[in-house]
Amino acid sequence: MNRANIDTDTIMPKQYLKCINKYGYGDWVFDSWRYLDPGDVDIPTSKRRANPKFELNLPKYKGATLLLAQKNFGCGSSREHAVWGLRDYGIKVVICPMFPDIFLNNCFANGLLAIELEQKNVDHLFELAESDTGLSVTIDLSQQQIELANRTIAFEIDESLRQNLLNGLDNISVTLQQSDKIRNFEQHYFKHRPWLKADLK
Amino acid sequence: MAKSLFDKIWDSHCVDTNHSGRSVLYIDRHIIHEVTSAQAFEGLRMALRKPWRKGSILATPDHQVPTTEREQGINAIHDPIARLQVTTLDENCSEYGILKFGLEDNRQGIVHVVGPEQGATLPGMTIVCGDSHTSTHGAFAALAQGIGTSEVEHVLATQCLCQKKPLSMRIWIKGELPQGSTAKDLILYIIGQLGMAGANGHVIEYAGKAINQLSMEGRMTVCNMSIEMGARAGLVAFDEITEAYLRGRPFAPQGPLLQKALKHWQTLKSDMDAIFDQEISISAREVAPHVTWGTSPDQVVPITGCVPDPNALSDTVQQVEYQRAQKYMGLAAGTPLIGIPIDRVFVGSCTNGRIEDIRSVAKLLAGKTIAPNIKEAIVVPGSGLVKAQAEKEGLHTIIRAAGVEWRAPGCSMCNAMNPDHLEPGERCASTSNRNFEGRQGQGGRTHLVSPVMAAAAAIAGHLVDARTVDGF
Repeated sequence: MNRANIDTDTIMPKQYLKCINKYGYGDWVFDSWRYLDPGDVDIPTSKRRANPKFELNLPKYKGATLLLAQKNFGCGSSREHAVWGLRDYGIKVVICPMFPDIFLNNCFANGLLAIELEQKNVDHLFELAESDTGLSVTIDLSQQQIELANRTIAFEIDESLRQNLLNGLDNISVTLQQSDKIRNFEQHYFKHRPWLKADLK
Repeated sequence: MAKSLFDKIWDSHCVDTNHSGRSVLYIDRHIIHEVTSAQAFEGLRMALRKPWRKGSILATPDHQVPTTEREQGINAIHDPIARLQVTTLDENCSEYGILKFGLEDNRQGIVHVVGPEQGATLPGMTIVCGDSHTSTHGAFAALAQGIGTSEVEHVLATQCLCQKKPLSMRIWIKGELPQGSTAKDLILYIIGQLGMAGANGHVIEYAGKAINQLSMEGRMTVCNMSIEMGARAGLVAFDEITEAYLRGRPFAPQGPLLQKALKHWQTLKSDMDAIFDQEISISAREVAPHVTWGTSPDQVVPITGCVPDPNALSDTVQQVEYQRAQKYMGLAAGTPLIGIPIDRVFVGSCTNGRIEDIRSVAKLLAGKTIAPNIKEAIVVPGSGLVKAQAEKEGLHTIIRAAGVEWRAPGCSMCNAMNPDHLEPGERCASTSNRNFEGRQGQGGRTHLVSPVMAAAAAIAGHLVDARTVDGF
């Protein structure tokens, strides 16, 4: 998607945020761009007309697992439903020159690899993706590199996030290993900030 | 070493920092609403966990809440799926003993209006909420961040957030805002200058005379829209205006505890020679009333301006964006903003749903009626308490007499997850924070403005410079 500033309202429109599940959002991702008629939770997507011009509906990109975009993909609302939609659609990796913070965190929390690359590398990938043959790459998370037919592009991601992804670790369990530290912190903290100790009730 | 306000709050909440520079940050206040909490509680339950500190949490439904028929309680929500989401919040709060202002509670409202007015938002705190506009609370010298649902679950379970320390940015606003320009115009102007990703990865501190002179309501409006530049949070230093606002609020400390707190709060400003990763300076005098013409908050010009010409841009990516936005908005390059006809007017949201906003609208509407081409104009107070205060001052009578609807509190037409929305092609002067495609309803066209500019548009029936409206 050769566009900058694609916001999460576009990735997952408001009407799907009333659901209380964490799965099942794949058919609604990019809803208003992907279909020609309006949608809602109770309208089966099989009965809606696909927009033939939309990227994901082009035969060449059908079943894509890599999403390439220009800078600031996922900006705006913090809705994690946007990432759930991408994940449920089958996207495994998102690449763009710069991600907004909340979206980046939401990606990693759901096992989606978000890679920031220099503009010139993103532009190069766009050239390949838009060519007749399309783009096929191998992404090696352990080596932190994108392997193309005739070259590799290195990328950097936060080491803790990388380890969590590689080892399938649950962020909460990792933090809870520090329970004692958190408790000690609280004790000291409330001694010096007694006005914060009372529970809201 | 000299510290910035951000450094001070960060350092005092840092439980641990690991080898890759990620910190465990202790969270003082967690505010939750119906849309981004259900899956977090479900996750907690599946892992047999409990909230770490339930007394740190404040809940209220706001996104899905209708702004009419509220005397019917939960039955006011006709959509069964949305209703289930609100009752799920109720059940989760009851199960875990979390304080909740429900639909029937006079204190219910938009999370970012309710927190501050209850004194649940306090200086020096770290605050999170599963909503990007959590940056609002930064007006109180609190580090307030919007988070996703997985992080909501993480904070519920651990009382901490794991993150790398963001970069810092200070925006100095020199001089005073001109007569007729508001906090909303100031932040729209700043967003126009920095762009949608101009503050990605940064915590912004707003400083300077124009900020010092703003009320807490105005400072909240400014901090609220920090996220529209990608900022992690917005901050304003503590001062006597902050103190005056907080005194006597239900959850604010009182007596000897207040004295202790004040001693700490008075340190909540950047040291003289604190270093920021970025410093930006702007002149308040440049800030005219602003209005967006496109589909992102940085596509903004002074009301006296015109829809810009994409061909004048050198950046081709931006050129395509401008063309796309103008097509969606049904506006040609070169069209003057003044005179663009409006179908609906919305005053409200976490950006502009506070008492000061409603006062400014009532003041301009007094003795006038809205233009016949306006299909609907609504004023939606940010909370039950804002509504009660406005009614005590008789503002609702003035507003209704002008032909404007006076509604019950909620997010309303800002996110359009409830019955309030635009129909395809309808154009709205809106005091909310986002003009994205479809944000206020599929095919709807949003022009972001200040409350007084929204009121002026309602009277004129088209976008207009509020400063030229009779009675301004």
